[in-house]
Amino acid sequence: MDEVVKNEVHLTQKELRATWWRSFFLQGSWNYERMQNVGWAFAMIPAIKKLYSSKEDRAAALKRHLEFFNTHPYVASPILGVELALEEQRANGADIDDETIQGVKVGMMGPLAGVGDPIWWGTVRPVLGAFAAGMAQGGSILGPIIFFVVWNILRMGFLWYTQDLGYKQGTNITQNLAGGAMQKITMGASILGMFIMGVLVPRWTTMNFPLVVSKVKVQEGAGVDMSSLASQINGGHVSVSKLIEIVNQIKGGQTLGAYKITTLQDTLNQLIPGLAPLLLLFLVLWLLRKRVSAITIIFGLFAVGILAYWLGIMG
Amino acid sequence: MISAFFVILIAFLAGVEGILDEFQFHQPLVAATLIGLATGHLMEGVILGGTLQMLALGWMNIGAAIAPDAALASVVSAYLVTGPAQVDVKTGMAIAIPLAVAGQILTIGVRTITVALAHIADREAEKGNVAGVERVHWLALVFQGLRIAIPTVIVMAVGAGPVNAALNAIPEVITKGLAVAGGFIVVVGYAMVINMMATAELWPFFFLGFALSAVTELNLIAMGIIGLVLALIYLQLSPKFNGGNGGGSNGGGSAGGSGGDPVDAILNNY
Repeated sequence: MDEVVKNEVHLTQKELRATWWRSFFLQGSWNYERMQNVGWAFAMIPAIKKLYSSKEDRAAALKRHLEFFNTHPYVASPILGVELALEEQRANGADIDDETIQGVKVGMMGPLAGVGDPIWWGTVRPVLGAFAAGMAQGGSILGPIIFFVVWNILRMGFLWYTQDLGYKQGTNITQNLAGGAMQKITMGASILGMFIMGVLVPRWTTMNFPLVVSKVKVQEGAGVDMSSLASQINGGHVSVSKLIEIVNQIKGGQTLGAYKITTLQDTLNQLIPGLAPLLLLFLVLWLLRKRVSAITIIFGLFAVGILAYWLGIMG
Repeated sequence: MISAFFVILIAFLAGVEGILDEFQFHQPLVAATLIGLATGHLMEGVILGGTLQMLALGWMNIGAAIAPDAALASVVSAYLVTGPAQVDVKTGMAIAIPLAVAGQILTIGVRTITVALAHIADREAEKGNVAGVERVHWLALVFQGLRIAIPTVIVMAVGAGPVNAALNAIPEVITKGLAVAGGFIVVVGYAMVINMMATAELWPFFFLGFALSAVTELNLIAMGIIGLVLALIYLQLSPKFNGGNGGGSNGGGSAGGSGGDPVDAILNNY
């Protein structure tokens, strides 16, 4: 038996298509320990079955693909493509060890999540969603249809194209690791990702501080006299000239009513809007680097939210 | 009866998609429309879906940070609005918020139970049992579907009144407080992703995005274009990626030339 020349096994379109379809279910068994690990192994199974026939080889392959993995579900596809290529070469005798296979996964998942999350969740879905929701609110059934069809065409096309790209690039990844296309794509994607991440922090984070920090009685004549307007309206004899006067006072930036109320939010906005989310982000980053688990931070922040609402600081 | 079957089926699909985030059956626009179709009040479903979608635009699961749950909120409030209860759209909206918080807590529960399932997958892998790993994966997905389907069946059985009463029985400081926290919990997700990718040379791009977003009204498409242009300019100007110029003659080997690099080819075609 030792003399038999081992026939090379190659992945065909059938396995590539099966992997693509299975990648739709990547997050099915998302868990707090190794996150997308079972889903990842699930997507690799058609290739594992094709490439390895013995129970031992299959067990080893399954185990190395059950390691921790988490990224944006759509940008997992280029990584899947690269890993398919690596497994194919390994099965045909190339010297690719478990560390390389896990290293490529972990190395790519961070930068790609950094571009996938802000682009797909933070930009494409809100833009398409707001457009379609506007139509739906007007009573048009086209709204939901457009949202569903356009999103899924974009998504399925993206998953197939990037998996294919990863597979083709992965075949000569040993050359590419030196300084080729993969690094360039990763760097470009990371720049775009970090930029959009900065955009999203103030935009999709809601932190409102209605706590009143000062309530100052404005000088006589410096504020819009709302109470006399109210009594005139209730008395039924408000004049056009009085209304024009009031509107002009408001346009001139006068305070409404007799008191100027400043909330904590106003004070923060004078520095720069979005300051509170930015500071919170740095706090969380610091905690993560101190090895505090994300789950602890999340539960802690829920407690902070309840407490801050109870104290009237946030609302 | 057929209508009820489809409502439960859509609820299950929405639960499945709430974790997968692929086809978007859990998004209010899609879920509420489908529920409206199943109950025979399509138009109310479409309008409620559009209204809830506006509310949920910024809800996204990033890293391990879980957003308020659009699936339970849209399925149950759509059923109350378009179903026999005939609640008006405004009340449907108001119910949606505490439901989203409840759904969020349910998915955290399922994601914790799934840790145990992942360990079963380890044992099946040990035996080289491919089908066993697949079964575990499907089972976890079914749990996520039931996470929405079971509460929906309960709502269908008891009607709008008790649901409202139960939701109202939760003290306001808890629901409002959780809603406040729900507004900024996504920061944990941003931090996790930034933590994975950030290097010294990337931070300036983050602050540029932050400053532009905080003080301008530029929309997300414009921001996307700016980010893409920044990335392309950086790649063109950075000596690290210009193999052809200056001291780039070493190391690159055969891939160093302009012909061997597909990204160079794409950039050169601009």
